[in-house]
Amino acid sequence: MADARGSPHAIDQTTMLKWIVLAPLVGAIINGFFGKRLGEKLIGLIASASVAVSAVLAFTVFFTQLLPLPADQRVITEHLFTWIKVGSFQADFAYLLDPLSGIYILFITGVGLLIHIYATGYMHGDPGYYRFFTYLNLFMFMMLTLVLADNLLLLFVGWEGVGLCSYLLIGYYIRRKEAGDAAKKAFITNRIGDFGYMIAMFLVFTTFGTISFVTKGGVVGFPAQAAALPAEGLWALGTLTGIALLLFVGATGKSAQIPLFVWLPDAMAGPTPVSALIHAATMVTAGVYLTARCSAVVVKSPTAMAVMAVIGAATAIFAATIGLAQNDIKKVLAYSTVSQLGYMFLACGVGAITAGVFHVVTHAFFKALLFLGSGSVIHGMHEEQDIRRMGGLRKYMPITFGTMMAGWLAISGFPLLSGFFSKDEILWKTWSTTALPHGWGRALWVVAALTALITAVYMTRMMVMTFFGESRFGGAGHSGHDDHSKQAHHSKNDHHGEDHGHHGDPHESPAVMWIPLAVLAVLSVVGGFVGVPAALGGSNHFEHFLEPVIAHVAPAGEAAPHAAMGHGEGHGIGGGPAAASVDVAPAAHAEDHHDVGTERLFTVISVLLGFLGIGIGAAVWLRNPLKTMPKVLEEKYYVDEIYESAVIQPLEHTSRDLLWKVVDVRIIDGFVNGVAKSFAGLSGILRYTQSGSARNYAAVILIGAIIIIGYFGFLAAR
Amino acid sequence: MNLITITTFLPLLGAVALVLHGLFWGARGTDKAQLDNHYRWIALLITIVTFVVSLLILPGFDSSQAGPQMTQKVSWIGALGVSYFVGIDGLTIWLVILSTFLMPVAVLASWNVTKRVREYMVFLLILETGMLGVFVSFDMFLFYLFFEVTLIPMYFLIGVWGGERRIYAAVKFFVYTVVGSLLMLIAIIAVYIYNGATTFDIVEITSNIATGATIIPAGLRLWLWMAFALAFFIKVPLFPLHTWLPDAHVEAPTAGSIILAGVLLKMGTYGLMRFNLPLFPDISQKAAPFVMALAVIGIIYGALVAMIQPDMKKLVAYSSVSHLGFVVLGIFSFTELGMQGALYQMLNHGISTGALFLCVGIIYERRHTRLIAEYGGLATVMPRYSTLFIVVALSSLGLPLLNGFVGEFLILIGTFSSAVPYAKLLTVFAATGVILSAVYLLWMLQRVLFGEITKKDNAELEEMNWREKTALIPLVIMAIVMGVGPMIFLRGTEKSVNSIRESVQSIVRR
Repeated sequence: MADARGSPHAIDQTTMLKWIVLAPLVGAIINGFFGKRLGEKLIGLIASASVAVSAVLAFTVFFTQLLPLPADQRVITEHLFTWIKVGSFQADFAYLLDPLSGIYILFITGVGLLIHIYATGYMHGDPGYYRFFTYLNLFMFMMLTLVLADNLLLLFVGWEGVGLCSYLLIGYYIRRKEAGDAAKKAFITNRIGDFGYMIAMFLVFTTFGTISFVTKGGVVGFPAQAAALPAEGLWALGTLTGIALLLFVGATGKSAQIPLFVWLPDAMAGPTPVSALIHAATMVTAGVYLTARCSAVVVKSPTAMAVMAVIGAATAIFAATIGLAQNDIKKVLAYSTVSQLGYMFLACGVGAITAGVFHVVTHAFFKALLFLGSGSVIHGMHEEQDIRRMGGLRKYMPITFGTMMAGWLAISGFPLLSGFFSKDEILWKTWSTTALPHGWGRALWVVAALTALITAVYMTRMMVMTFFGESRFGGAGHSGHDDHSKQAHHSKNDHHGEDHGHHGDPHESPAVMWIPLAVLAVLSVVGGFVGVPAALGGSNHFEHFLEPVIAHVAPAGEAAPHAAMGHGEGHGIGGGPAAASVDVAPAAHAEDHHDVGTERLFTVISVLLGFLGIGIGAAVWLRNPLKTMPKVLEEKYYVDEIYESAVIQPLEHTSRDLLWKVVDVRIIDGFVNGVAKSFAGLSGILRYTQSGSARNYAAVILIGAIIIIGYFGFLAAR
Repeated sequence: MNLITITTFLPLLGAVALVLHGLFWGARGTDKAQLDNHYRWIALLITIVTFVVSLLILPGFDSSQAGPQMTQKVSWIGALGVSYFVGIDGLTIWLVILSTFLMPVAVLASWNVTKRVREYMVFLLILETGMLGVFVSFDMFLFYLFFEVTLIPMYFLIGVWGGERRIYAAVKFFVYTVVGSLLMLIAIIAVYIYNGATTFDIVEITSNIATGATIIPAGLRLWLWMAFALAFFIKVPLFPLHTWLPDAHVEAPTAGSIILAGVLLKMGTYGLMRFNLPLFPDISQKAAPFVMALAVIGIIYGALVAMIQPDMKKLVAYSSVSHLGFVVLGIFSFTELGMQGALYQMLNHGISTGALFLCVGIIYERRHTRLIAEYGGLATVMPRYSTLFIVVALSSLGLPLLNGFVGEFLILIGTFSSAVPYAKLLTVFAATGVILSAVYLLWMLQRVLFGEITKKDNAELEEMNWREKTALIPLVIMAIVMGVGPMIFLRGTEKSVNSIRESVQSIVRR
């Protein structure tokens, strides 16, 4: 089957892929080594230009090389060098461009470029300007490595690499303690996830004999092998469940799902462009990418999919409720991101992986927009982040307000905006899923629909508190900074100099900042049209484009992945190889008319939910912008505190007071010293140790000499 | 002259030259400070020349051979069958170069030693000959001799130039190691006798055992295995035989720590591969689950105890216990992946931990304290140092594209695919070490480098000088090279590692 579909072999087909990846690395190296001597303009230019090169190449390769290929043969590979080859294990520096990685590189380089440009304005005057752009470029390199990797280990290089850049950028303000804490927390939490990823990788290797996504040296890539496994092989499916769940452990770390989501809100300690790029648009969606990339394995395990769906839905609603009560504008968006990521995993779990990826893309647009907008607000408000001290900003910052409106409406599911299509698709696929036991889909739908409502409410609350009503800043308001904003104020003061002062009116941001906002606003509005479902009169290009990747990696189990991919509404998820289903198009067309009525009904429901949420948000917060929220929500359900006292403290306590002070010092050393003292000669030495005199050396030399002479004597005697 | 012999004895020759130089110029009344400078430069020159000479081994090295190459064999104590037999194989080629590479670093790190500089440098150079000798010996007697020779200069480096509790640490180091090596001596003699008492030639004895020409009684094999193992486990050190290491590291001068962690510990893991596995394949197999369990305990235990150390050097020392646990784990996985990974991790640990000790030494010389709590905010005053320190820490915690990752990954995947009972379960536990290493290293970085400067002594610390950069930057470059291009190194080791692995596995077939 795999061969019938033109299984990808590792042949060099293009030399451009490597430059997509390497261009930002070149930028990072130049700025890293010489940035200190270059001016701001040049640093910004080098950083942005290197990403621009990536973006241009990415778009070129995508549209001129990948797209013209026949739909089921869209695979381009490029081999750089063999990184590790030991025994039968091989991992290369080799890149794989297919529809999945193609979509990812487009929005990564595109959004990445916009954010780089924005950041040249946002970071203006910062003493660590070159350091910032070095890290940011390095991040682009790692992220592109992640999505273009042709094997699990190189993907892991990118995976850990983006984690490193995230660490460096969260801790960018090196003098702020909470930035350092947040950075460390992010890295370590991610490492917990990486632990799962690594074990999954080992299992893939021992199960399939390769960790490559493509056929290499006669060994078929593991996704194709997994797809070819018969459904009956229970032992194998057990292993696949293990792999899928362990990969998901990795995803919960990187994509901030329960229970490892705690690092993402803290990560807002980094500069705002970082929050937009890394902690909203790109890196945090790597977990979804991993799931899609390994979909052939994932769809074989109903258990893993159920876990994914439940965790995703739980994370979505959990984070959304927290988002209701946050007062830091970036924290609202951070919890919103966690919640939206939950949606994506819900989609994967119910088998609608393309819908999940679609949401990744639209979310990249509107959430990057919202974060950059919040950065513009913070900038204009002279480093104020607390929305309780904002209000009425739409008069002062009309462009920021206008663009953020697009993001707000998109995430709230306003009809025809990008977020509307992707979220609506996830909701519908959840309701109609056949990948989960009967009834689960409906229960999950209720959770997801409720989350959609809450999302509209908290986003409206944030917008209302920020832009509408009376101004709550100036005069007394300014003296009431909480610790957090004081810190932020302090650190940014260093680079903004005196020209702004503390008490100036809020002001609109410069063009270099609002132009990227405007572009993202347009994308947030129209970005969804690539994936308009058939039921709404579209033809869902997005899904059809992605479908061969998934179909390709799971050719033997057509029925299962296709039902999972959303082509099988009402189509039983029968097991067993569906040998004849290479030609999926007719089947898909047949499904297009099925349930269209219901699907449209659900679209109406989700539209109504969005409007209801906006209505509630407006009604409540327009009247009372400072409405007190439940403490438990404001305190984020005390999850951090629980982890601290249930995991971190006991671990430290055990390590210090049991392992070190008792096991090491008392038991082992006590035993050693006891043994030593029981020998008369040795105890003599130990007594001398107190004096520290030269006699000790003599004694030891003597012993050494006796030993050496002794064995010479022994040998001679023989 | 044989290149291996030249490399091995150049440092000793240098030591003699230093003594003579001192006698000559000292007699002419050159003042002490000037003379000390002579010693430093001479030692540096000698170690650099030795490094360059050791590099000359590379072009002639044939990676398609498993056995020793570039050998020199001269009968020494003919009546006993002792010979001067040196050479190099895949197991040792990089260990030798690692040793010669770290020595100039160690000398540079010792630049500020003012107490009896000549003796100090002489001991360093003798130490170098000793450890090179350990790796190049293919005669058990010679091996043992060099193994003991390394002990004495290290003892003095700790005992004379160490910190406050130096005598305690030195004696502990000495006693621990001597106990182990005495047992090993007995075991060597026993193997020698069972092999017919005609030769100490490792290659010959190993092949006699592999072919069944030499058979050691089953009951005795266990005891002999244990005697060898104890000596090497102490050296590694494997939990629970590790308690000499933190004391030795904390008290040793920076160079002592670099060499101790960088090279001397590897004598233990090297010994396991060279002796325990091929000489006692069946016992090694039976013992593997237990040894691996101890290794995994060491990985986790070392990391947890490292985490809460208030003293930076102790932290790094315990991290060594954790990292060397990985090496032992890989060796006893008996897979090509695991054993190659183990060998690679030996090199990585030498680079990363050597660099970590150097980093600690650099700020110790400025502030004369190793306590983490005494620092904070150094990134503001020493940005270059901080950048390098971060890279070093990342390499130690196994970040991909830096050296540590490749070794750890190969060991873990090798162990996971190992046929040894419980290997998969043990791998899962061992992999938690990857999380914990991030915890203790990043926590240390944060407390030392980040945040506001809280101690006024730290406010005006000097950035690294040329000498410190010269010592540290090559290590950082190697960390990157070894992370990106591991095949440069792994190709040469493949054959020898496989021959040892096969010697263990052949026993199963019999």
